[in-house]
Amino acid sequence: MNKLKAIVKRYRLFLLFLAVNLLLLLFAPEYGAAAFKKAGSNLKEMLSILPPIFILLGLMDVWLKRETMMRLMGKGSGIKGAALAFLLGSAAAGPLYAAFPVAAIMLKKGATLFNMFLFIGAWSTTKIPLLLFEASNLGIPYTLLRLAFNLVGIVLIAFLLERSLTEEDRKAVAEQAQKN
Amino acid sequence: MFTYILYALAIGGLILSFIKDRQKTKAALMKALRSFENILPQLLAVLLLVGMALSILDEATISRLLGKESGIIGMLIAAVLGAVTLIPGFVAFPLAASLLDAGAGYGQITMFVSTLMMVGIVTLPMESKFFGKKAALRRNAFAMIYACAAAFLMGGILS
Repeated sequence: MNKLKAIVKRYRLFLLFLAVNLLLLLFAPEYGAAAFKKAGSNLKEMLSILPPIFILLGLMDVWLKRETMMRLMGKGSGIKGAALAFLLGSAAAGPLYAAFPVAAIMLKKGATLFNMFLFIGAWSTTKIPLLLFEASNLGIPYTLLRLAFNLVGIVLIAFLLERSLTEEDRKAVAEQAQKN
Repeated sequence: MFTYILYALAIGGLILSFIKDRQKTKAALMKALRSFENILPQLLAVLLLVGMALSILDEATISRLLGKESGIIGMLIAAVLGAVTLIPGFVAFPLAASLLDAGAGYGQITMFVSTLMMVGIVTLPMESKFFGKKAALRRNAFAMIYACAAAFLMGGILS
């Protein structure tokens, strides 16, 4: 019973929209049918492309050792550390807010602020499975162009963030990260 | 074609992983399943919402709100939508593709996608908890500025 309740709660938005769509079908059959048809064809497309993406995502998650990588992104790690931070963020899975705790641990274990912000930027926009998905939805030219801008943007944001924070701010960030 | 490459990569990866370590492969598959189930409620909800929205709003309305000619107002609508909502990328890209098909502009769509991914108003309190308010606010502000730049550039190049 509790399990059912939990499922209903998780899917409440879906159930709500489903009810609205059914009402639409009842009172404005033309719109309701078109809506269901559109949702159905989108769902079919989604289900054909999502399985391999999620399998790749799972494989990356299992085979990438986070602790080792974190060690490699501290002070003096230079371009290599930055590249690693970027790759690690790109290989991750999950929404941006899932990156915050990981980034905090990185900082705690000695990664530089710059690398941490690179990691967050990469996590937010250049995740590999998501890029594949973007390309399949919006086309390869669009995806590559946006990726090119993103690479510049992420580095720029990380650089400006690190520069704009004073020594005190940085200490505060580190302390805040320690708490978690 | 693209889908076949994906399947080939996934199957190849699975075989390689299975040869190296069965246990880990099982864990990876479980993780894959779990992350899929994780986005399923939002995915289904958004698919229905998009279906309804696109059946009710005709192309003329969408291109008026988010089309090339919607200009700054369209950009603003896209930015607010992106910054405030929490839609996973796996849901956002099909949505963006549908909107493009329905007449939205590339600039507006890029604005929506970029703010969605980098700017999080709803998660700002959480971000502040990890990095402090100042750093969190600044990151979101910079990300917003960047999203605007990317949107105008992409809109200009692709139109």
